[in-house]
Amino acid sequence: MTTSTRKSTYRAGIIDASPFILVMIPFATLFGVLATEAGLNVVGTMAFSIVVIAGAAQFTALQLMQENVPTAIVLISALAVNLRMAMYSASLTPYLGAAPLWQRALCAYMTVDQSYVVSVSKFEREPDMTVAERVRYFLGVVTPLVPLWYGFTLVGALLGAQIPDSWALDFAIPITFLAMIAPMFRTMAHVVAALVAVVVALLAAGVPYSLGLIIAGVAGMIAGAQMELWMERRGMRT
Amino acid sequence: MSDGGIATGTLWTVIILLGLGSFALRFVFTGIVGDRPMPAWLLRHLRYTAVAILPALVAPQVMWPVATDGVFDIPRAAAALVTLGVGLATKNVLAAVISGAITLYGLLYLLG
Repeated sequence: MTTSTRKSTYRAGIIDASPFILVMIPFATLFGVLATEAGLNVVGTMAFSIVVIAGAAQFTALQLMQENVPTAIVLISALAVNLRMAMYSASLTPYLGAAPLWQRALCAYMTVDQSYVVSVSKFEREPDMTVAERVRYFLGVVTPLVPLWYGFTLVGALLGAQIPDSWALDFAIPITFLAMIAPMFRTMAHVVAALVAVVVALLAAGVPYSLGLIIAGVAGMIAGAQMELWMERRGMRT
Repeated sequence: MSDGGIATGTLWTVIILLGLGSFALRFVFTGIVGDRPMPAWLLRHLRYTAVAILPALVAPQVMWPVATDGVFDIPRAAAALVTLGVGLATKNVLAAVISGAITLYGLLYLLG
């Protein structure tokens, strides 16, 4: 492969991820602010974002630690929130499984909702990509996202409590995810998977340790798979 | 929330173990399964991972936002609907995010 195609695959990843810059900034800032308000110093706050690199799980852990919940429960709850990462890992395996181990480990460390969704959408659309191209694309996707996650955690930690609640930064993530979901409804099976997941998520909202999310996710995946089988049997082309 | 502060030992224990655990979750399949083939039924389910998990993650946050202590909030719900609607209509992530943000801030301003 020529250098220019290498660069263009990497650059395509950067371009496809760039809309998420808008939401990564408030989300990372919010974590920095809340961690500071919870009494963490800058080093602790930054270590959290660099070592864990998972927004929702970090917010969960932070909140439970403030409520003086036992450490084991903090860890179980935050890891349950992150259980979806194992599903992302499984979903990426057919595409990245043949890459060298260190590359798989690097991609694993930087697997977050945005990098997973952007990458897997591309891999599905372009099944002819080589494994090396997929890794380059993935690295392109995380290039604008991960440094911003670190950087704006720091900004938030330094600003501290100066950001008023009225800025509603909390809603940056729901809006991002909804924007990411919309282009994924390619077939009726995708729509059914999402609808079932939403209904089960609302019904299971009271299940402890955020396990309602996993129950809802699995229910949606089963619904999507069954719908796909049903459409195949009916001879419907997707 | 109490202002009792978080003990340093607890904090670092959580950071390190949560970091290791999160990495393990992210690496469990790409790392261990690698390029061994996976069964067709499993792949069929995995195709719907993103489209099931993300809506399931968002739905409770839209219905019962943490920022309003779980009380249904018209600006947030409207912003969610607009984001999804614009996303479906345009397939453009950026247009969807911006429309949602304008809706959220516009309604927070008008209703606040």
